[in-house]
Amino acid sequence: MTGTAERLSPWLFTIAMFLIWEAVCRFAKIDPFILPAPSEIFAAMNQYWWPLAKNSFVTLWTTMAGFALAVGFGIVLGLVVGWSRTIYRGLYPVLIGFNSVPKVAVVPILVIWFGIGEIPAILTAFLISFFPIVVNVATGLSTIEPELEDVLRALGASKLDIMLKVGIPRTQPYLFGALKVAITLAFVGTVVSETIAANAGLGFLMVQAGSNFQMPLVFAGLLLLAAEGIVMYAVFAYVEVHFTKWAHRSSMSAAG
Amino acid sequence: MTAFVDIDDVTLVYKGATGDVHALDRLGFSLEKGDFAAVVGPSGCGKSSLMKLVTGLLPPDFGTIKIAGETVTGPVKMAGMAFQNPNMLPWRSVIDNVMLPLEIVQPHRSRFRAEKERYREQATRLLATVGLDGFADRYPWELSGGMQQRVSLCRALIHQPALLMLDEPFAALDAFTREELWCVLRDLWEEIRFTVILVTHDLREAVFLADYIHVISARPGRLVMTKTIDFPRPRSLDLLFDKDFADIVHELRAKIGEVRKS
Ligand SMILES: Nc1ncnc2c1ncn2[C@@H]1O[C@H](COP(=O)(O)OP(=O)(O)O)[C@@H](O)[C@H]1O
Ligand SMILES: [Mg+2]
Repeated sequence: MTGTAERLSPWLFTIAMFLIWEAVCRFAKIDPFILPAPSEIFAAMNQYWWPLAKNSFVTLWTTMAGFALAVGFGIVLGLVVGWSRTIYRGLYPVLIGFNSVPKVAVVPILVIWFGIGEIPAILTAFLISFFPIVVNVATGLSTIEPELEDVLRALGASKLDIMLKVGIPRTQPYLFGALKVAITLAFVGTVVSETIAANAGLGFLMVQAGSNFQMPLVFAGLLLLAAEGIVMYAVFAYVEVHFTKWAHRSSMSAAG
Repeated sequence: MTAFVDIDDVTLVYKGATGDVHALDRLGFSLEKGDFAAVVGPSGCGKSSLMKLVTGLLPPDFGTIKIAGETVTGPVKMAGMAFQNPNMLPWRSVIDNVMLPLEIVQPHRSRFRAEKERYREQATRLLATVGLDGFADRYPWELSGGMQQRVSLCRALIHQPALLMLDEPFAALDAFTREELWCVLRDLWEEIRFTVILVTHDLREAVFLADYIHVISARPGRLVMTKTIDFPRPRSLDLLFDKDFADIVHELRAKIGEVRKS
């Protein structure tokens, strides 16, 4: 009984939120230019389903492309940074500095280099999302229990042996934890770039709709963004639990 | 016959930003092949540091350590080690944890892939000796602390090391489990006769298991006494209630009380 209730509760809460929203808009007679009611938003979705679908797809694939770059590059850099304390200490301030730059500020540069289109969006997604992957992979590598390292070194294990047998496997839960965060960030990066400099994507569509005062369509874009974000997060949350069962069972906990 | 492990006049100083820590001072003792030595001393006296020196993980600042006649200059590449924390790899099953050293130490390393089945049998047999038959394919989190410590012992012994280093391996266990594991270690030693250095702060544990007990003073650690224990083997837990046993424990306790104050 409680099991079913728990499974249904996310849906119930979402539906309740829309119902309250609808009710508030109707009873308070809120101007649809300010805040359209869900019914109007769904009507807009129905009417503009094709441009919405097309642009959602663009946002999705640019996000995934940027994310894939971030995963590849993030893992490699994370392994390098986690490998030695010297590299770690040397690169850390650079990485922190890099991460503190708001990525919106980078988009104009990317546009100058690559022109308007998908490439700045992919690169923004990449730039904004690789950092947590690097940090988590590096943390997983550099926090091997010293005693375990002693056990292995006394057996004659090389640094590479220790990394292969212990470092990389124990990095897994940190990595999967980071993917969940990174995919959400990648999504933010894509949309930021699309609103500034693109000719496709949900961000672009929302800007266009806004300048035409089609508020229901703007909100339709917003809801689709939320939906895509939820789905991507859910996929990686599932992947995380599925691939790192041991980390959830044993006391070792991953950062994320 | 020359000693198998010869610790000769070693001094160790940790240099740190907040000042140097003089951990060990001109400490020395030796073990013959197959000896069971225990090292006891107050907390912080440098017992764990001594383990690192003997296994070649740290170089001494002064003095030498020889194993089988050879001066130790780097990791000894064969010593089995176990600590208070079992240090299991949680993503590996029990048997894969036990077989970890075989993937590292030669000549097993190059044979491991080809002869995995044989090694599995060997590991299964070893697990059975410590009372873990049927647990080979479980994961560490499914095991109690005492069982994990048994696995840790198996991992330290699977490659049949000539030297076993144990750093307070039973310190985190409850009294009953600890006594059970003393017997496990006793039986393994009776069977295989590896050379072992056991660091402990449990005097009864030291007297029950060891041939020689080396008492180290508070920091900087110096050897203050070596006690030979010649109770006949195999020893049974009844020995713990023996008058002579109690006398030796008292003598050691008095000595440690003395060196802690000084
Ligand atoms: N890596 C290190 N750097 C600096 N000091 C250390 C280090 N390891 C141990 N020490 C110091 O050396 C002394 C002996 O430590 P240890 O060998 O761990 O003692 P024990 O195992 O007998 O408790 C302690 O005072 C400890 O603080
Ligand atoms: Mg210690």
